[in-house]
Amino acid sequence: MSILDRPSSSDLSGGGMTRRQAWGLFWLLAAALVAWLVFAVWPEWLNAILISKKAFVSAILNGVTLAGLYFLVASGFTLIFGLMRNVNLAHGSLYLLGAYIGYEVANRTGYWLLGVAAGFIVLAAVGVVMQVFVFRRLEGDDLRQTLVSIGISIVAADVMLAVWAGGTYQIAVPEWLDGALTLPVITAVRSNGASVFLTYPLYRLVVLAAAIVIGVGLWLMLNKTRVGMMIRAGVDDRAMLSASGVNVHAVFAIVFAVGAGLAGFAGVVGGSALSVAPGEDIRYLLASLVVVIVGGMGSISGAAIGALLIGLAEQIGLIYFPTYGIVLTFVIMVVALAIRPQGIMGKAR
Amino acid sequence: MSLTIAAQDAAPQQTWLEKLGPGHIVLAVALVLYPLVASDFFLTQIGGYSLIFGMLALSLMMLAGYGGMVSLAQITVAGIAAYAIAILGNNNSNVLGFGWPWWLAAPFAVLAAAVASALIGWISVRTEGIYTIMITLAIATATYYFAQQNYAIFNGHSGYAGIHAPSFWGVNWRDPKAFYYLCLGFAVLSYAAILYGARSTFGLTLQAIRDNPRRMRALGYDVTAHKVFAWFLAGIIAGLAGVLLVWFNGRVSPGTIGVDAAIDVLIIAVIGGLRHPIGPFFGALVVVLMQTFAIDIVGAERFNTLIGLVFLVIVFVSPDGILGLWGRIKPHLAQESLRSGP
Repeated sequence: MSILDRPSSSDLSGGGMTRRQAWGLFWLLAAALVAWLVFAVWPEWLNAILISKKAFVSAILNGVTLAGLYFLVASGFTLIFGLMRNVNLAHGSLYLLGAYIGYEVANRTGYWLLGVAAGFIVLAAVGVVMQVFVFRRLEGDDLRQTLVSIGISIVAADVMLAVWAGGTYQIAVPEWLDGALTLPVITAVRSNGASVFLTYPLYRLVVLAAAIVIGVGLWLMLNKTRVGMMIRAGVDDRAMLSASGVNVHAVFAIVFAVGAGLAGFAGVVGGSALSVAPGEDIRYLLASLVVVIVGGMGSISGAAIGALLIGLAEQIGLIYFPTYGIVLTFVIMVVALAIRPQGIMGKAR
Repeated sequence: MSLTIAAQDAAPQQTWLEKLGPGHIVLAVALVLYPLVASDFFLTQIGGYSLIFGMLALSLMMLAGYGGMVSLAQITVAGIAAYAIAILGNNNSNVLGFGWPWWLAAPFAVLAAAVASALIGWISVRTEGIYTIMITLAIATATYYFAQQNYAIFNGHSGYAGIHAPSFWGVNWRDPKAFYYLCLGFAVLSYAAILYGARSTFGLTLQAIRDNPRRMRALGYDVTAHKVFAWFLAGIIAGLAGVLLVWFNGRVSPGTIGVDAAIDVLIIAVIGGLRHPIGPFFGALVVVLMQTFAIDIVGAERFNTLIGLVFLVIVFVSPDGILGLWGRIKPHLAQESLRSGP
């Protein structure tokens, strides 16, 4: 699952540096460059090229936090597909439904956290229902599963439109998460010598932190726990796992619940940072598709890398070439497919 | 276009009537005589529309049925042809519009669509199976967003309007009757080309690749090239449909190539059936009829729920669509007299 597992050709290259060391040096230099870009006060020529330091650093931060959101959505998608060969194109609808439910609950009870919990729990239940009543019946038939999920997404989008109409909702963020944080990043120096620090919404940083925590948790669950072991075993050989006395369908129902629940969770969290409106389902479906195609199916770390690439590309594109931003996303996908058709972290099959 | 020309050459033989079969003859007569009984509304909104969307779904059926590649980007390919017509020809949106005559713009638009289709194919054949549907959906969605954002090429949200169908030979081809026959002509050409092409060397090779790509690779066939060429051919059909669509609507906007439209094409193909090239046309007819008349029953707003549910039922009950249903019922009817017990 990690870079370390890949067969490295380090022992092949002679000379002063092994390939791994060379890569290490490369990443070190890249990290140093990024650190300099973020923390140093920019010289004039750099400001001239990249508009302004504030715009650049904000774009990077926006990209990274958006990546956190994309990761939450795509990790469910990649889990479900990679582990069960179950393409759920209704995943975007799960996101949107989660957002609406979170809005309703948070709005009526007044507790934002309750909305988040409801988004996760209700969608996890919906996921189990979908797995048990729909996808299990079509097990082993990729195409029909996909078609059914498309049908579900059409009906779901229309029903949600009927219930919540076409308006835009914003889930209110609680006070303790609202407000801006001043970061130790100097964007400019005033003529009187005072430094201008960058401020950034606290909530977005919390989203990012939540995404990281959940990502690590998922990785630990898959690789260190008994359920995770069962999931991985079930993927490799379902019949054998079943023969050793494990209820495989229960395992898959758990995975579906977690995947769908994460989409719902992301819906509430994303609906608080951005907004909830019809059409968001398609947006997040596209994001999950590209993230998973780029990152590799079934790989949590791949989803993280893919989400980071796509989130950054989207936000940087938004600032530096506004009307061609989506092309950047597209180029990343094509390049990834051309170089590694199975995705950056995907296993060749 | 070599395929369509070949199809015309192959048809006239001594026993061509027998070869055609009674079903096709009845259908052809009915379709040719249809304008005698149909009103203008039924000619264009039902007839022309069904034929255009039938062609779009046919291009998908060709890829999915013979090549095993389910594409969601067919409307994108058609949209490229439609935008090309608007950009190369005349439009009244004051953006681009090179003013090419139709006989130059239309072939270029179809060619652009076919090349774009081949590119999409080249990208998506790097992976196999269900990945294709995901990659093409991603491409279709990305193109939709791009068309919406970009004003320099796609004129953003409003798209292009004021595109006229050509008039030549003293006929205005946007007139209901003329337009219907125009659509019918191209639909029949595409249909015949697919029927013929499926039995050509290329068609058989493609089907063999669908069934066992590894063996075909071992036998020395260039699997990728065959698949990409299939995409190119499908792009020609989708491109033709796109040109007809923009001539019919007179306008093209990002909504034309939206995700809903992309999924509609898939729905049409699946409802009709992916096994035989006539399926997509049946599917298109059913969906267009539903689109037109279901609005009276369930209201315009909830139409998507209805079509989604019909689609779900079809996928669950009969994976081969309406044709598959018929194929399953037919032997029962034929052998009813032979049955003795329950």
